[in-house]
Amino acid sequence: MAEVKVIKTAAETALAHTYAQARGRLSGDDAIAAQREAAFDLFAKEGLPHRRIEDWKYTDLRALMRDAKPLASPPDAAAKARARTAGKLIGDVEARRLVFVDGAFVPELSDTADLERGLSLRSLADALADADPVLTAHLGKLAPAGDVAVALNTALMGDGAVIHIAAGSIIERPLHLLFVASEKPAATFVRSLVVVEPRARVMLIESHEGPATGDYQVNAALELFVGDEAHVDHVKIVGEGGEALHVSTLAAAIGARARFNAFTFTAGGAVVRNQLFLRFDGEDTVASIRGATLIKGRQHADTTLVADHIARGCQSREVFKAVLDGEAHSVFQGRIIVRPGAQKTDAKMMTRALLLSDRAEADNKPELEIFADDVQCGHGATAGALDDELKFYLMARGIPEAQAEALLIQAFLGEAIEGIEHAGLREALMETVAAWLGARQ
Amino acid sequence: MALLEINNLHVAIDGKEILKGLDLTVNAGEVHAIMGPNGSGKSTLAYVLAGKAGYQPTAGEVRFEGRNIFDMKPDERAAAGLFLAFQYPLEIPGVVTMTFLRTALNAQRKKRGEAELTTPEFLKRVREVAKKLGIDQEMLRRAVNVGFSGGEKKRNEILQMALLEPRLAVLDETDSGLDIDALKVVAEGVNHLRSPQRGFVVITHYQRLLNYIVPDVVHVLSRGRIVKTGGKELALELEARGYAEYREEAAA
Repeated sequence: MAEVKVIKTAAETALAHTYAQARGRLSGDDAIAAQREAAFDLFAKEGLPHRRIEDWKYTDLRALMRDAKPLASPPDAAAKARARTAGKLIGDVEARRLVFVDGAFVPELSDTADLERGLSLRSLADALADADPVLTAHLGKLAPAGDVAVALNTALMGDGAVIHIAAGSIIERPLHLLFVASEKPAATFVRSLVVVEPRARVMLIESHEGPATGDYQVNAALELFVGDEAHVDHVKIVGEGGEALHVSTLAAAIGARARFNAFTFTAGGAVVRNQLFLRFDGEDTVASIRGATLIKGRQHADTTLVADHIARGCQSREVFKAVLDGEAHSVFQGRIIVRPGAQKTDAKMMTRALLLSDRAEADNKPELEIFADDVQCGHGATAGALDDELKFYLMARGIPEAQAEALLIQAFLGEAIEGIEHAGLREALMETVAAWLGARQ
Repeated sequence: MALLEINNLHVAIDGKEILKGLDLTVNAGEVHAIMGPNGSGKSTLAYVLAGKAGYQPTAGEVRFEGRNIFDMKPDERAAAGLFLAFQYPLEIPGVVTMTFLRTALNAQRKKRGEAELTTPEFLKRVREVAKKLGIDQEMLRRAVNVGFSGGEKKRNEILQMALLEPRLAVLDETDSGLDIDALKVVAEGVNHLRSPQRGFVVITHYQRLLNYIVPDVVHVLSRGRIVKTGGKELALELEARGYAEYREEAAA
């Protein structure tokens, strides 16, 4: 039988070209170089993920990615200057900023002075350059092996943050990884590694933004190790510009008796894919995994989650809400896996989409794979329009229609956003929601 | 000028005529009770007045302080001073009662060209009113009607009425599902608001509520029309004899 030969798309050809050109000057020791090669080989073999790959069925990257931009060059003074005003998405939350412009760490915009005891951080570029042993121990250990988006990140990663929190350290001030794109049509591959040792506590905010018009591409990955009895909050805000392509991955391994809260907020970008691969390695951990998506026009936002319960007695709650206007398209794929050893798992997943327009589309795909017999698991999915009865009730009290709708939409998203423990951040996101609704009227 | 003037109102829902030529005039300072058997059109009348979608007239007119209400959206009617206490108040998950009350009050004030209340002003007002109605502050911090008992929901309707100070309040079976203590609280709330400037239309199936909210005029609604009008003694008569004769009368 003749082998089926897949014709490479322009983007695939360009990515191969980018890698061939960059290969010689990409940083890292032999082990890293070998990781890059293996990752690129996977991409060369598989190509960009497309709709016949089940996990990418609703986000056909091969079709959506018409070209691949060249690797971003280091930011110039003008780009850095513009980045000074970035970060408004988190309101006036006081955080330690680590700023990346076009994928490169910018020390002069970052706040690396007076680090709390137990906190150490550096850039991935630096860690790669001197073969930091933390990379050998952790990098690439959590990212799923077969995922082509992650493979491209591994092959081309240039910079990112490498953060270590020592055992028992309570880091009060949130860490804000602020990724800013400048106007150039370029691609960035940022990779971060965060190791939180047992009993430590930290809040990570990861935000991505860029100019409203600017055809840029972001591939971001974060590997996160949460030690036993640690308490970690991760809040990711996608506020990319309207033409941007954003693919990002959070891969986390969570130890025993830990608290883990993850929140993904998506409002920007033309095409967004948020991937979360979470592994519950230790028993009796409590996790809250939430997200809110707010899109309009022709925006496409996909959240794909795998919560893998390996150890017994963990509790996870997944709540994902999407509000869609115009011709926007949201995707939620959530898979909860309960391994044979994960007895007494308590996992509940809910995904709801609110469609404000007849032309919007929401695809919700919750899945449960249960291999243990003493568990409580459930999932639910809904998609629908605003409730006319509720709207009438509000209007009958004198609230004009647009304001009544806004109130109901805020309430709908509020259920997810309330899960964020940090009050200031919660308010900042509700402000963003209010501004989005204001622009709609 | 009458507060509310309904002339020959016909309303059909999904092609079926429910109100068939209803006439009613309510003047400021008056409390009118509308009683009638199930299916006579009581709740339809309430929804038509408030402006629910699908409750459109096929004939007749309704004037509120001289204005044709069918030219006004539900929120405009509310801002003009028309209030409906719902028979089944809705639960609104995620909208805190306090936020809801403030949004409603300020939206109405804005539409009337009055200054919006500041947060302290609003809080003072709402606390005073809540206290009179025996409503716990904690309830105001919860989502609107979510997890409220039947009695709490009805009290919340009265709280909204007291806060919004309408010119005309329509109470749609506010007594249903209430025990006698809750009924007294609700009635006191209404009586407290009675004034020469304000009118009430109290829709009820039973006479019981009218022991506490004593009406000036009682109407019997049957098969979409007012078939009898009298004083408060008419309610007692109905209680004793039932609605049977009105069913026949309307059928004849």
